[in-house]
Amino acid sequence: MYAQMVKSEATNEDPEKLAAFQARIDAGEKIEPKEWMPEGYRKTLIRQIGQHAHSEIVGQLPEGNWITRAPTLERMAILLAKVQDEAGHGLYLYCAAETLGVSRDELTEALLSGKMKYSSIFNYPTLNWADIGAVGWLVDGAAIMNQVPLQRTSFGPYSRAMIRICKEESFHQRQGYDIMMKMAQGTPEQKAMAQDALNRFWYPSLMMFGPSDKDSVHSAQSMAWKIKINTNDELRQKFVDQTVPQAEYLGLTIPDPELRWNEEKGGYDFSEPDWSEFFEVIKGNGPCNAERMEARQKAWDDGAWFREGLMAHARKRAAAKVAAE
Amino acid sequence: MSSEWPLWEIFIRGQHGLNHRHVGSLHAPDAEMAVKHARDVYTRRNEGVSIWVVPSAAITASSPSEKGPLFEPSNSKVYRPPTFFDIPEEVGKM
Amino acid sequence: METVVDLDAMLFEGLCRMGDTTLVLGHRVSEWCGHAPVLEEDIALANMALDLIGQTQLWLGLAGEVEGKGRDADMLAFRRDAWEFRNLLLVERPNGDFGQTLMRQFLFDAWHQPMLKALEGSNDPRIAEIAAKAGREVAYHLERSADLVIRLGDGTAESHKRMQTALDRLWPYTGEMMTSDATDRALSEAGVMAAPDTIRPQWEAVVGEVLGEATLKAPEGAYMHKGGKQGTHSEHLGHMLATMQWLQRAYPDAKW
Repeated sequence: MYAQMVKSEATNEDPEKLAAFQARIDAGEKIEPKEWMPEGYRKTLIRQIGQHAHSEIVGQLPEGNWITRAPTLERMAILLAKVQDEAGHGLYLYCAAETLGVSRDELTEALLSGKMKYSSIFNYPTLNWADIGAVGWLVDGAAIMNQVPLQRTSFGPYSRAMIRICKEESFHQRQGYDIMMKMAQGTPEQKAMAQDALNRFWYPSLMMFGPSDKDSVHSAQSMAWKIKINTNDELRQKFVDQTVPQAEYLGLTIPDPELRWNEEKGGYDFSEPDWSEFFEVIKGNGPCNAERMEARQKAWDDGAWFREGLMAHARKRAAAKVAAE
Repeated sequence: MSSEWPLWEIFIRGQHGLNHRHVGSLHAPDAEMAVKHARDVYTRRNEGVSIWVVPSAAITASSPSEKGPLFEPSNSKVYRPPTFFDIPEEVGKM
Repeated sequence: METVVDLDAMLFEGLCRMGDTTLVLGHRVSEWCGHAPVLEEDIALANMALDLIGQTQLWLGLAGEVEGKGRDADMLAFRRDAWEFRNLLLVERPNGDFGQTLMRQFLFDAWHQPMLKALEGSNDPRIAEIAAKAGREVAYHLERSADLVIRLGDGTAESHKRMQTALDRLWPYTGEMMTSDATDRALSEAGVMAAPDTIRPQWEAVVGEVLGEATLKAPEGAYMHKGGKQGTHSEHLGHMLATMQWLQRAYPDAKW
């Protein structure tokens, strides 16, 4: 899940308008950009879509870390195409946020200043090639779990972006699992890399869903507005239930001694991740927060002359065209 | 002056003979570059044969509050759909 | 029979020159992934790198076939050392700022496009086929890189300065692209690959026109570096290969 702990904004508006708005959402109608919406709805969406977009962009970095080290030409091409997709997903999402009256540059500046967040998962390092498999299998797997229901979200542009993203995302998880299979069935060293990757990515993947929100006011409001579809715990349980058999197939061990099937609930019991670590990562103290932000800041700063140069040329051309007419 | 590139709406014709369809937006310094970016961003999976780009600022939209007056009148024009007419069976398929 | 064997050895060499060049440039361009100045550009660069990697698979795949020793494209890409690489020096230049990356791309595309056009006329249908496929991709690369060079050359004072600096730095690596050696000449005489010196007029025409529009000036009388095609590289290539080949070298028995 790329949007974690999105606080919903309180709304202080005409109760009649609010009720009519809620009725539209309850009836399954889509809200479109120029239509009336509560200020809280707008602000919460900007925060959520923005965080989602930032996650896609920062999410390019841990995988990009292995593009130049991919072990075959085909693996290199697949990984490059996948990381490129993430840039595309970020782009679609920024555009969706822009329909709410905020510009991409403003969102970028909010990311770089630390005012806006991105998913905690991308602050973990990719240390061996199997990590690229684990990211596809677990991280994209967890993201898809959240994104599939979001295709039904109430805000039109967000929903359409999610539909496009889900369509493209389907190959990401498969390519990850494909790497894991090759590694798990490979040499003893490869198998060790696969297990090491699972050991390091298991709990951070569980954290992607965010802490339990069953008692959260924010979540209740977001769910009423259909910008959040399931509770964090529901999705986390679903993720664990889906992933455990996949790990078994690979012959890998999930690093949780408490993990066992619970017949009664029809799902696995599992250990909670270390939430104090999660809050530290969110605060900026994770293993890679500083590097990730430095990389984004550098791309932004170093690219300024390029963006300005092209804009200046476009203005010159437009002026020349006007003069010629 | 802001150096933020303007926003463009992108329309793509998926196959010969179909209408251009709105697929999304992107930023570009001018129309020519918007076409190039659209090719790179929105046809990565071979989705198109033709691209239109329109500055987002140039689009005039109907106001949502006029949705009633603009669209409801045509709902009542039952005579437009072909099912309005009774054609005798003997005439055959029409 | 003697000459036929020799020609195959030369053809292997010629194909490696194409495949290593696209490999090294594709690798360089992919280094930008996630770091480009704007999202749209990040996506466009990745497309280009993907094209180049795809072309590498074809050229090196054919090279392995011609060699007949059971080496496939991956073996050639990941298990040869720097002195066995036959890429042009221009493409191993480090990325530098974005202007240098774009200028390198343009100077190369302006050669790549007519070269592929010429290779389409090869009497070896395998070469003609690869050249035709790659040619379609590269026509767009050239359109894009030429356009960006013009826009940035004639953009702001800063963008102009950066593009001029890029041109000055990269220019000495352009001569090698259009110099033919004995291998090139033999392949050309046999009708299988075009001699690089025959590309010069087209390259000069495109480059001259674009630089003119970009208000940029090519250095005059620059000393031209050479050696890449024969396996004498800059220090940069070794570092790239150390990164690229590391997994294959460290775990030679593994399948990926």
